[in-house]
Amino acid sequence: MFKMSSYHLDHLQYLETEAIHVMREVAAEFERPALLFSGGKDSICLLRLAEKAFRPSDLPMPFLNVETGHEFPELLEFRDRRAKELGAKLIVRTVDEAFKKGIAHPTPGQVSRNQLQIPVLLAAIEEFQFDCAIGGARRDEEKARAKERFFSFRDSFGQWDPKNQRPEIWNLYNAKLNPGENMRVFPLSNWTEMDVWEYIKKEKLEVPNIYFSHERECFRRGGQWIPIPPPHGDSSKPDPYAGARPKPNEPVKKLVVRVRTIADMISTGMIESPADSVEDIIAEVAAARVTERGTRADDKASEAAMEDRKKAGYF
Amino acid sequence: MSHSQHPIELLRFNTCGSVDDGKSTLIGRLLYDSKNLMEDQIEALERSADITGGGMINLANLTDGLRAEREQGITIDVAYRYFATPKRKFIVADTPGHVQYTRNMVTGASTANLSIVLVDARQGVIEQTRRHTFIAALLGIPHLVIAVNKMDLVEWKEERYQEIRDEIEAFLPKLGAFRDVKFIPMSALDGDNVVDLSKKTPWYDGPSLLSHLETVHIASDRNLNAFRFPVQWVNRPNNPTDQKLHDFRGLSGQIASGIVRKGQEVVVLPAGIKTKVADIWTYDGSLDEAFCPQSVTLCLEHDIDISRGDMLVGVDSLPGRSSELSGRVCWMHARPLSPGKKYFLKHATQTVQAIVTKLDSRINMTTLEADPDPAALGINDIGGIRLKTAKPVIFDGYTTNHLTGAFILIEQGTNATVAAGMLTAPTEAAKPEYSDFAI
Ligand SMILES: Nc1nc2c(ncn2[C@@H]2O[C@H](COP(=O)(O)OP(=O)(O)OP(=O)(O)O)[C@@H](O)[C@H]2O)c(=O)[nH]1
Ligand SMILES: [Mg+2]
Repeated sequence: MFKMSSYHLDHLQYLETEAIHVMREVAAEFERPALLFSGGKDSICLLRLAEKAFRPSDLPMPFLNVETGHEFPELLEFRDRRAKELGAKLIVRTVDEAFKKGIAHPTPGQVSRNQLQIPVLLAAIEEFQFDCAIGGARRDEEKARAKERFFSFRDSFGQWDPKNQRPEIWNLYNAKLNPGENMRVFPLSNWTEMDVWEYIKKEKLEVPNIYFSHERECFRRGGQWIPIPPPHGDSSKPDPYAGARPKPNEPVKKLVVRVRTIADMISTGMIESPADSVEDIIAEVAAARVTERGTRADDKASEAAMEDRKKAGYF
Repeated sequence: MSHSQHPIELLRFNTCGSVDDGKSTLIGRLLYDSKNLMEDQIEALERSADITGGGMINLANLTDGLRAEREQGITIDVAYRYFATPKRKFIVADTPGHVQYTRNMVTGASTANLSIVLVDARQGVIEQTRRHTFIAALLGIPHLVIAVNKMDLVEWKEERYQEIRDEIEAFLPKLGAFRDVKFIPMSALDGDNVVDLSKKTPWYDGPSLLSHLETVHIASDRNLNAFRFPVQWVNRPNNPTDQKLHDFRGLSGQIASGIVRKGQEVVVLPAGIKTKVADIWTYDGSLDEAFCPQSVTLCLEHDIDISRGDMLVGVDSLPGRSSELSGRVCWMHARPLSPGKKYFLKHATQTVQAIVTKLDSRINMTTLEADPDPAALGINDIGGIRLKTAKPVIFDGYTTNHLTGAFILIEQGTNATVAAGMLTAPTEAAKPEYSDFAI
């Protein structure tokens, strides 16, 4: 027998049980939920939490991923393999496809397709009639996200209205929707970057190897080390990475690097790091002097870059 | 899940109080002085200072993350921040002071176990100070800190601090609920008594805010009394090929209070059937026992019809079961609460239709007394109401069990969350005609 005082959850166990509760609420309250799985570290934690919430049953929701076409190949391989291992259905919608269908249009002068994920995501939600999408966003990532609810209501245009969010009291989540509306749900709301890595360590979760230190050719742009994109194979087609290749005045260097956060190849700055194990990464995060999103070009656009994207329907 | 001996404790707290009392500044100061800010966050602060602050950095911008908030210099919605010291981890909710956004204050406070109510030393106690302190008490937040802020603007006079303290201590007994209350004189702007003790308050012999947050006793806040397990999701693999999985029938949920052991007798409510826990299933293997707030899947000895919204409880202390409820609500919508109107009531894991049958009282925020028989409850009002539900609800009083004593009201049609409610304890326990399960 344990003494009364030993009935105690440490902070990771507390975050875990909170997240499991949120996931089960989704399964119980929504008709057609989906789980946004990119292969990144946060969504890797989501998968383990989904297993803990729903096993021994099958996961009661498909995975959904919006591909910009600029992903690290390692990430896509990992994403497909994990979905298969878990017996989950993986739905992929791509920006390239959306161009062809006229759902999205290339933005002149804009290389990054980050923004273009929004119409593709909204179209996928409509196509499959998803009423809820679970995402791995965390409040500690960014100051607009710090404002978001676990259950984040989106109107029929997919928009977030930060000045008029539903109150969210205790763990009583209001999941009611009218037709066309949907919900984004964030089980990791209260997790920090450190919590994510500690959880990965505790659960022995596999992560794509780009999180670990490796040699890679990079070039300097906007104060960041940007990875050299894969070579342009089929020259009869336009180069998907046009604009994201080093210019003559941007010398290429072979460096020992890893990613701290993954967007697409174009907006992910690589950090110089020798960390080649989860333990090393935890030590690095503990000593970090800049935030995780300090390495992402998409957030540096303006003070309110994230807020604006979220209002338009971003994750 | 292991019973580790010295886990790092997590304290969830929120700041509240009237508009401009310095809540956001205080959190900025806490993060800054405890070295929990990163270089790019400091750079961003400095950049915005050049544009808007005449060179002075504005610590409130750390949590005021929305464009509209920075433009107006006010907080509109809760911001959550995370930081740690070697002693504890913290989740902070910075809530707005503006009366218009009281619903967001309630949102941020509802998950806190400590509330910091700020008072502007120049203004002293005003209605919003009382309202927020009242709400903190109503929500059953056990620990309270009164931060007498902007002491720099009253020349650090002990008499002023004492005046404010006396005024608050005079009304605290009316609220009753707090386990401990701490008064701290400070300047959030300059950092006095926030992380480090200040030389400007030789007359103050208490701890700095941070050292209080690191040491306040929270281990007994958890509810390990009567076992309550609201069924959240029925776990049925329906696997046609694997025989063991085919017969698996689990009840998934989060333990709302108490402890459950393998082999223990439980009662299924509202059915009133007694059975035993055959297994406490988790992804990490079976457990011999589990406790609040773990999320588990319970398998029972008998195959009983159970669905989401039902509750498993311990046999020794039964909750109430009634379709006539009374309690207090914070009303959070511009459309007033009208008796006779139908709402959805979400309680634990079930949502039922409910009609408000009577308004019993409305709290007067000046006197903190309950005025009887109000005509309506308007936005930000707190009052006592009675409800009739379409189906009986299995519940406890909020003061004994927050999770089985809380509810929200949802307006039909708009789906707006219009009230946070706290139930009065049941007058009698559910009396199931115990049928020991038999086939
Ligand atoms: N002199 C002085 N000014 C302070 C102090 N704390 C805050 N202020 C100032 O008071 C003003 C309001 O501060 P905020 O932190 O935005 O107030 P708040 O309580 O968060 O306001 P809302 O969230 O809108 O309710 C700002 O101009 C602060 O610089 C203090 O201790 N001394
Ligand atoms: Mg504020």
